[in-house]
Amino acid sequence: MKIVILLKTAITALRVNVLRSCLTMLGIIIGVAAVIIMVAMGAGAQQKVDEQIKSLGGNVFFVTGAFRQSGGARSASVVKINEDDANLIEKQVPGVEAAAPYLSASGQVIYGNLNWSTEIDGIDNRYFVVRDWEIASGREFTAAEVSRGSKVVIIGERVRSELFGASDPIGQTLRVTNFNATVIGVLNEKGQDARGEDQDDVIFLPIKTVRNKITGVTATNPKSVRFIQVSAYDGEDMGYIEEEMTRLLRQRMRIPVGGDDLFRIRNVSEMIATRAETIQVFNTLLAWVASVSLVVGGIGIMNIMLVSVTERTREIGLRMAVGAKPSDILYQFLIESIVLCGLGGFIGVMIAYGFVFIGNQYGIGAGGIIETQVVLLSLGFSGLIGVFFGYYPALKASRLAPIDALRYE
Amino acid sequence: MSQPLLRVRQAKKVYAMGNELVWALKGVDLDIYQGEFVAIMGSSGSGKSTMMNLLGCLDIASEGSIAFAGQELSSLSKNELASVRNQRIGFVFQQFNLLPRTSALNNVTLPLLYSKIPESDWLSRAKQCLESVGLASRMDHHPSQLSGGQQQRVAIARALINDPLMILADEPTGALDTQTGLEVMALFQQLNQQGKTIVLVTHEPEIAQFAKRKLTFRDGELISDVRNEYVKQAAKESAA
Ligand SMILES: Nc1ncnc2c1ncn2[C@@H]1O[C@H](COP(=O)(O)OP(=O)(O)O)[C@@H](O)[C@H]1O
Ligand SMILES: [Mg+2]
Repeated sequence: MKIVILLKTAITALRVNVLRSCLTMLGIIIGVAAVIIMVAMGAGAQQKVDEQIKSLGGNVFFVTGAFRQSGGARSASVVKINEDDANLIEKQVPGVEAAAPYLSASGQVIYGNLNWSTEIDGIDNRYFVVRDWEIASGREFTAAEVSRGSKVVIIGERVRSELFGASDPIGQTLRVTNFNATVIGVLNEKGQDARGEDQDDVIFLPIKTVRNKITGVTATNPKSVRFIQVSAYDGEDMGYIEEEMTRLLRQRMRIPVGGDDLFRIRNVSEMIATRAETIQVFNTLLAWVASVSLVVGGIGIMNIMLVSVTERTREIGLRMAVGAKPSDILYQFLIESIVLCGLGGFIGVMIAYGFVFIGNQYGIGAGGIIETQVVLLSLGFSGLIGVFFGYYPALKASRLAPIDALRYE
Repeated sequence: MSQPLLRVRQAKKVYAMGNELVWALKGVDLDIYQGEFVAIMGSSGSGKSTMMNLLGCLDIASEGSIAFAGQELSSLSKNELASVRNQRIGFVFQQFNLLPRTSALNNVTLPLLYSKIPESDWLSRAKQCLESVGLASRMDHHPSQLSGGQQQRVAIARALINDPLMILADEPTGALDTQTGLEVMALFQQLNQQGKTIVLVTHEPEIAQFAKRKLTFRDGELISDVRNEYVKQAAKESAA
C-alpha cells in the first residue's frame, strides 16, 4: 500500500477523535519541547561562555597585587607588582606567550570641539599579543616610544567613531586629560566584554607616559602596574604555568615558606568555564528529566493505540475481509502511531521555538540557541517512540484472525 | 461439466468452547459452478455462516478440503488468502460493515487500497460501481446519511469494485424491511444475470426463492440440495 494512502488513512483515523488525539500527543509535545528548550538554554549558556573566554584572548591569567597581612589585620597598603615581574614571568615561565604590564586610569579626551570620557590605559605592545587584538590602521608603539614614554596614542574603535567620525585620526593631535598626544593607530573593534562593557571605549598610551602624566610615580615602586595579564600558548598546562608563576613571584618577593602570597593569580577562562560547567550539568539533568517525560508520552501513545485497536476490531476485520494482509494492518497502525508522535514532535518543536524566541526577546537567562541537529534528533526520536510504542498494538491488530475481528462485538 | 468454482469435500469445522468441542460443520460435500445463484438456508446455528466463512477464505476448515477455482485453500498462506479475498471474492454482510464517517465513494474504494490497481483508475471504477447499484448521486454521503437499503447497496458496490468471480452475502436482507430487501435481491439477480456467481445465506424461505439453487443445513450437515424450479423475479415482486 502506498505511503500517501497510509498517511491519509492515519490522519482520517486521528481526526475521528480529535480531542483524544491531541491529549495523547500532549505527552510527546511537552517532552519534545522541554528537551529542545533545555538543550537550547545549555547551548546558549555555552556560547556565551565561549564568547567571554574568546574575548579575553584565549588562555589568560591576571596577576594582581594582594593586601599585605600584618598580624591578622589587613594593611591598607597594597603590594604593588611591577613591570619587572612581567618581564621575569615572560622570560622564565615556560609556556608563556606574553606577559603584559597594565596601568589604567580614566579621563577626558578632546579632539577639536568634541570631548569624550574614556578609559586611559598604559601598556606596551605585549598587551595586544595577550588580548589577541589587532591594529586596524596605523601602527603599534615603537620600542623607543615605550622606553621614553612618548606622547603617542592608539585609540579604540568607539573613541575613534565618537571623536573623529569619518575623518582619518592617524597623525591627529588628541588632548588626553592635560597633555597632547599624537594618534598613531586605531584598533579593531572588539565588542562587549563578559560584563557587557564596551571594550572599544579605550585609548592606549605607553605605560610610562600614563604613569608620568596621569597616575603618578610611587617612590617605593617606581615601575608599578595595576596588573599583569599573562597569556599562555594554546594547549599549555595552565596549572603548571600558574605554579611556576607563583614560585617565581614568591621567590622574588622573598616570601618565607608558609607565608601568604602577596599577589593573586586568577585564571579567568577557568573561572568562567567552571561556572558554565555548573550550568551545563544542571541543563543536562533537566534535559534527561525531559526525555523521561518523552518516554512517558510514548507509553501514553501505546495505551491509546491499544484502545484504538480494540475499538476498531471490526474495522480491522472488514479491511482483512476485503483483502488487507496482516502487514497492511500492521503498517496502518504503525503509521498512525508515528504520525501521532511525529505531529506531537513537530508541535513540540514549534512550541520550543516560540518559547526560546520569547525568552530571547525578554533576555531570560543566557539566551537559547536551537541547533538544527537537536531539532532533527528530537523529531527522529519522537518518530522512534512512535515505532517503538506503536509496534506492539499494531502487531496485535495484524495478528487478528479476519473472522474473529469481523464478529467482534 | 467443467471444473467447479468451489469444490468442497468433507469440510469440517470445530470450535473449542471451553473443554467442549462444537462441530459447526460435520463433513460437507458441495460443488458450486461459475454463474450459479445459491441460497444457503437453515435454522439459526445450523452452520450457514461457518460454511460461508470457509468459502470466503475468512476462516480455514478444521478438516477436509476446499478448492477455489482449482486452488486448494488450506495450502495458501495468510497473504495469499488475503489476495484471494481481494481479487476473487466480494463480501456483503448483514450489518453492511461500512466505515463510519467515510464517504460512500471512499467506502467503495476500500478494497482497491489492497489491490494493484493504479490510483488513477479508482475514481472511475468506484463511480461505475455506484452507478450500477443506483447510487451515483450519493457518492459523497456518509453511511449515517444513507438509509439501510442505500447502505447495503454501497456495500454491494464495494463488493463489485475488484470485479470478483463470486459474491458472498451473509443475511444481506436481515437488517432491511421487506421492500428494501426485495430491491437488494433484484440487484443480486441482475448481477447474477451478468455472470457473477452468488452465494447467499438466509434463513428466510421467501428470500431463497430468488436463488436458482437451494442448500439446506441442519446441525452442521447439508441435508438438502435442490434446484429451484420456479425462480421468482425480485424486481417484479418489489414493483408489485
Ligand atoms: N467462533 C465460534 N466459537 C464457538 N462456536 C462457534 C463460533 N462460531 C460459530 N460457533 C457455533 O457453531 C455453530 C454454527 O454457527 P453459525 O455457522 O454461525 O450458524 P448460523 O449462521 O447458521 O446461524 C453454532 O452452534 C455456533 O454456536
Ligand atoms: Mg449466521
